[in-house]
Amino acid sequence: MWKEQKEFDCIVVGGGPAGSTFARVAAEGGLSVLLLEKDRDIGVPVRCAEAISDAGLRIFHEPNPRWIASKINRIKMVAPDETVVEFGLVETGYILDRRIFDYDLAQYAAQEGAQIVTKAYVDGLIIKDDKVAGVKGIHLGERFEKKAKIVVGADGVESRVGRWAGLQTHLKLKDMESGIQKTVAGIEVTENMFEFYLSKKWAPGGYLWVFPKGKNKANIGLGISGYYAKNGKAAHKFLDEFIHWKYPQASVLTTVVGGIPVGKTVKQMVADGLMLVGDAAHTCNPLTGGGITPGMRSGLLAAETAIKALQRGGPTRENLFSYEKEWHKIGGKNHERFYRIKESLYKLNDDDLNNIARTIVAIPEKNRTLMKLFSAAVREKPSLILDVARVFAGI
Amino acid sequence: MIEIAENKCDFCGCCVGVCPVNCIEVKEADIRIEHEICIDCDICVYVCPIEVLSQIEPNKSTTVAAA
Repeated sequence: MWKEQKEFDCIVVGGGPAGSTFARVAAEGGLSVLLLEKDRDIGVPVRCAEAISDAGLRIFHEPNPRWIASKINRIKMVAPDETVVEFGLVETGYILDRRIFDYDLAQYAAQEGAQIVTKAYVDGLIIKDDKVAGVKGIHLGERFEKKAKIVVGADGVESRVGRWAGLQTHLKLKDMESGIQKTVAGIEVTENMFEFYLSKKWAPGGYLWVFPKGKNKANIGLGISGYYAKNGKAAHKFLDEFIHWKYPQASVLTTVVGGIPVGKTVKQMVADGLMLVGDAAHTCNPLTGGGITPGMRSGLLAAETAIKALQRGGPTRENLFSYEKEWHKIGGKNHERFYRIKESLYKLNDDDLNNIARTIVAIPEKNRTLMKLFSAAVREKPSLILDVARVFAGI
Repeated sequence: MIEIAENKCDFCGCCVGVCPVNCIEVKEADIRIEHEICIDCDICVYVCPIEVLSQIEPNKSTTVAAA
């Protein structure tokens, strides 16, 4: 039992997809792992629009029908003047039910031998000789201290684990999307279609999404750049106006709020005895805000590095650094490209967006692709067209 | 000074993610600000999706590092 055990190879703070993936892979590799989740349940509350691509999910798991609320193969973009651009997706997407998905990921970790505890809140680190050596926290009113060779910060956008170890992980205002989402029922949506609304009036410095969860249910949410939130109109007001206009008959089943880290990956993902994964390391795609696949990928890469580091030499910054290197090798370049495209896209005003939409609508549907859309959107900046091409070519 | 409307909070931690001095703590259903560390930059006020936080002494606002 975790209560009696004083020391672990790894202690993971946070039980989302990144933390659970780390825990599963590390435990599978023979490490003793304790995963501490501050909330009552793994997977709840769901602070996510729940979209993932089939290819992204398949890197880690065969898609399980239990997790999938909707299968998506079309996309619809709505411009400020309500010009609609539709096209088929080359890659299948899903809207997950994260309550079930996250629960299963944690279970997989447990099956490999990781110990998981909920309602365990970590409020500090044990630091020894300037190195991270464990965590301090509180579980059901009782304080605890546990030593670990490696502490893994998988504590989300609100991460403090890295900061306690001296890493700079806070986001600039412009790199935080202020998000809110309502899961609504009693509406009609196209079951196989991602819908995006792009306009300063709907979601300045971000976008509004309608992601179907079956025929009569959807996640409707938005993120606005913190920079625009300064103007005094908070995210919830934008969402209420949209739902009132578009789906006045909607019943709200769930309301969640949350921040989406759309900055660059943190400068340092590791320190002596410490690794950061998922939103805590800002691994989200800065353009789409999609974070499930990159979070899981960071968890996997970090765990592989942790296993090797503990086999030889110990958890020094130098030994853990190959995780950071590997992250940048696999996703880092695209991450930076997506960041540049985001910066450019969010500068477009509503007239620009209308013009882009009209240009795309003129292209026959069979020739429309996401790449063409982004290329049209960034055509003022030739250097970004190259970024778009590289992102889609996967170079 | 930043004031928290605690019964409005959803404990999402968006404010924690942008706080430049790490003075906000959010637990499962609890939020606190260490006022002696807070520099009244008001970034948390802007970023909160549901207006839980507010600056009750507007003249004190410093708004550093906003960009």
